[in-house]
Parts: sequence; structure tokens; C-alpha cells
Amino acid sequence: MSKAHLDKVNEKLQAKFEGAILSAELLYDFPVFTVKTEQIHELLSFLKADPELNFHFLTDITGMQTADEKQLGVIYHLHNMHSNIRIRLKTFFDINKPEIDTATDLWPCANWMERETYDFFGVRFKGHPNLKRILNVDEMDIFPLRKEYPLEDQTREDKEDKMFGR
Amino acid sequence: MSKKENTITPPPDTMEKEYSTLNLGPTHPATHGIFQNVLKMDGETIHDAVPTLGYIHRAFEKLAERRPYAQVTPITDRLNYCSSPINNMGWHMTVEKLLKAEIPKRAEYMRVIVMELSRIADHIICNTIIGQDTGATTGFLYLFQWREHIYDIFEGICGARLTTNIGRIGGFEHEWSQTVWDRIDSFLKKFPKELTEFNNLLERNKIFMDRTIKCGPISSERALEYGFTGPNLRAAGVDYDVRVATPYSSYQDFEFVIPVGTGGDTYDRFTVRQEEMWQSLSIIKQAIKNMPGGPTHADIPDFFLPPKQEVYNNMEALIYHFKIVMGETEIPVGEVYNCVEGGNGELGFYLISDGGRTPFRLHFRRPCFIYYQAYPEMIRGGLLSDAIITMSSMNVIAGELDA
Repeated sequence: MSKAHLDKVNEKLQAKFEGAILSAELLYDFPVFTVKTEQIHELLSFLKADPELNFHFLTDITGMQTADEKQLGVIYHLHNMHSNIRIRLKTFFDINKPEIDTATDLWPCANWMERETYDFFGVRFKGHPNLKRILNVDEMDIFPLRKEYPLEDQTREDKEDKMFGR
Repeated sequence: MSKKENTITPPPDTMEKEYSTLNLGPTHPATHGIFQNVLKMDGETIHDAVPTLGYIHRAFEKLAERRPYAQVTPITDRLNYCSSPINNMGWHMTVEKLLKAEIPKRAEYMRVIVMELSRIADHIICNTIIGQDTGATTGFLYLFQWREHIYDIFEGICGARLTTNIGRIGGFEHEWSQTVWDRIDSFLKKFPKELTEFNNLLERNKIFMDRTIKCGPISSERALEYGFTGPNLRAAGVDYDVRVATPYSSYQDFEFVIPVGTGGDTYDRFTVRQEEMWQSLSIIKQAIKNMPGGPTHADIPDFFLPPKQEVYNNMEALIYHFKIVMGETEIPVGEVYNCVEGGNGELGFYLISDGGRTPFRLHFRRPCFIYYQAYPEMIRGGLLSDAIITMSSMNVIAGELDA
């Protein structure tokens, strides 16, 4: 993977979705695109259907929270096995309105990945056929991978964490 | 009395079709792990299945956010615990990618040996269990002892057998002892004979073939849509292997064949794994034959515990020792995705570092979590007994599924 791949994909995307691509960069030899949340479904279906780009394989969907804890993100890894090119799509949105279109109609394997992302971050995928918790218990009322929920019990007073650990 | 008069014709509104519900699992002896499937049965035929996940969920991604990089390795052990060393190596390589460290050839070749040994161990488990579930216990009992011999080799390298925590970020902590090399030699000498025996027992066995051919099939198109990787995808006819597509750890130096199936059924998955074991043996032999000399660890003192003698007599070594043990190492800001060919597919690590002592976010792309979604589709319309061997042939590992 190289700069040429990044430029090629970027050119195609810019021509079709002007304004939806917020940034395109090469991070550790990996083409990364930050895109607008509203157009994510159109982008994904274009990347999948375009015969030249042909990103037919969905490697992964996962979520993240930004460092300021105000935004959530969803990260897609796509793979074109024929030319062996991978790209990463990132999209960020407000944590108070975590909504994004589902990709289950494009790839059936997106189903559990999106359920997992919902389970841990509370991202609501619009149009998902069965959006409920997958790994945690149904009764859980928090989204555990958000940074506001620390790993250890915060009511403990016997541990001073100032020096080590987050 | 003619036959016709004997039959009972119930009134039409009582003829509504009903299904029975069957709970397969969570602790069923035939599922080899904690899997639950709520099956909708029509007699002995499966009408639908709903898998339940999360019985051994341990929140690894959250745990990793509080652990220094070197301490994340033991977490990866517990993902696919049938081939822990591959997970360990995958994690080491992810951090090395972030550090842009250059690994000496010798360490890379040693890693290849460890990874291929654990691939053999992984495939032994999967294939013998397919035999076991079809009723052929012999192969299971015979070949399983060879997994023990592989674990003996791991024990010689790192002191642990199942959850290995093998190697370090940057390579290996020390040179392997002569005992390890002797054990590998003896394994390479004796194992092929036993594997041939196991092969003869099942591969062209009429009963086994009748039982597994056309059992739980999936087409290559569906397999790709469902995110299949590894032997399961190759059994469906797609020749995708991470070791060839994006070579890591000097895999480009080795010559090996990627076996591909045609039908994507249980028999193909079995034969693909069987052939992969032979290829792994050949890779190990090549690695030993062409083993380069040199150091076994990259020049990244932040991750390599200095020799004890130096720690006592040398201030720099003492500082590094302290920093490593307390996890106070310097890490660049960045994000990487690194994948390796695990025992059952593409095992990916997506790591975001904000420069802190622990990962800001770490996500494991677990292959079987993704392809297990296809399980209901693969067993629909088949018999319950076929569902059991389909699951064992898919090599779904509970630890990896639930992370």
C-alpha cells in the first residue's frame, strides 16, 4: 500500500462525493479517510460497487471515542482482495446523538460487528435488523467501552492512581 | 380392509405446522466450548438457529486500555487459546509496526517456526475433533498426543504450554536452548508418519466421506460476504492467505502451497487443514535449514529486559529495567492495523496510541466472531447431527468468539 493507492481512491471519491471527504492521509502506510457521517452508506456502497475500486470485502467495523469524550467514531476497514488494497474509513459524530446508517444491507457480516459496536459504545445503527446487545448481558444499562466508565470501581479509596495508569 | 380406509384425515384447521424448540448448549458436550444455539426443529431437520454469544466474555478491549503494551500479550493468549503463539506474535508485530522497529532475520525465522508449530497444533485439534464428532475416536486419541509434543516445545521456549506469552516485543528474550531444537527435530522426524496414518484413517474413508461431503456447505460468494477468512474461506475456493497477500515476519522467503477446496463443505475444510499441516511442516524445515545467525531481539531497549548482571552493575540498564517493569516506555502517537494468519483466519489488531503508557483503543478483529454469523445459514435444512460436525469443522473457539 502506498501513496499511489491513496491518491487513486481519493480522486475517485472526491469526484463523486465532493465535501463528504474531510481528510485523506496515509497513516503507517495505510490509506485513511475521514468522512461525513450522513453520507457513509452511499460511500460504502460506492466503494463496494465501483468496478475499479472494488472494495468487496468488509474486514472490520469497530467504534471508538475521541480523547475529548465528546464524540464517538465508527471505523470501517475495507479490503480489495484482487489488487490487495486496504482502506480505512473513519467517521465521527456527537456522543449525544450517536446515529449512523447500517451496512448490513451491503454485507451480511456487518450484522454482528454493528451489534458489538452498539453493545460497547451505544452507536445506534439505523436500519439494522436486530440491534441489541451481543456480548454483554441484556440488562446492562451502560456502554462499557466509553471512557466515562473506568475499568476499576471508582468508589475505592485505598488505591492512589495518580502516578500510574490512566 | 384396504389401506385407504385405515388412514385418518384430521380436520383441515388442525393441520397447522408446528416446530419444536431445542436448546443446543450452552454446555453441551458435542459443541466443544460454551456455545448456545436455540434451534427451531422440524423433526430432526433444522428450520432455524439463533446463536447466543458472550458466555465467556472478559472485556479484553477494556482491560487492554489499562495495561502497558507488554502486559497486553497475556490477554491475546486467551483469544484463540488453541494457537496462542500466533496471537502473541500478531500483537508483538502490531507494536513493532507502531514503533517502526526493525526485527532481525533470525528472530523472524524463529517466529515462523513457533507460528507454524501452533498452526499444526490448532489444526490437529480441529481435524481430530471432526473425526471424533463423526464417531472416529481413534484419530483423536492418536494425534492428540502430538499436540502435547508441540506444547513441550513451547514449554522449552517460554515455560508455558497453553497460554504461552511467548516471545517479547522485538523478538525473543533469549536464544532457544539445545533441548528445544532437539525437540523440534524429533517432532519433525516422527510426526509425518503419524499424520499420514491419521490421513489414511479418514481422508478416503467411505463412511467419513459420506458423512462430511455436502455437509454444511457455503459458496465462495456467500463466504466472502460473510467475512470468512482462513481455512474456511480457502475451503470455499478463495485462495486468500494473509501470509501470501501481505507477507509478515519473512514469510516471503518461504515456499509453500495454499490448498484450496471447491465446495466449502465440512470435507473440504477438513482436507484443506490436513494439507496445511503438511505445508507448515515444510515451512518449519525450510526455516531450520536457512536459519540465519545474529541477534534474537531488535535493538529497542525500551522493550528488552537487559541481562541481570548489567542491571546490577550499570545505571542505564537499571533505568531500562525499571521502565520496562513499570510500563513507563515511550510510545509514538499513531494508529496501526496489523493482521496475521491465525489458526482460523485473519486475526487483526487495530491499535490507536495517544502516546500514553497504555493503548488508547485496541480492537481485535477475531475471525471466528465474524464468520460464525453464517452458521445458521449453513445448517438450515440439514440434520442436527450435521450441525454438530459443521460447527466443529468451522473451528469456532469460544475464547476468541467472546473476547
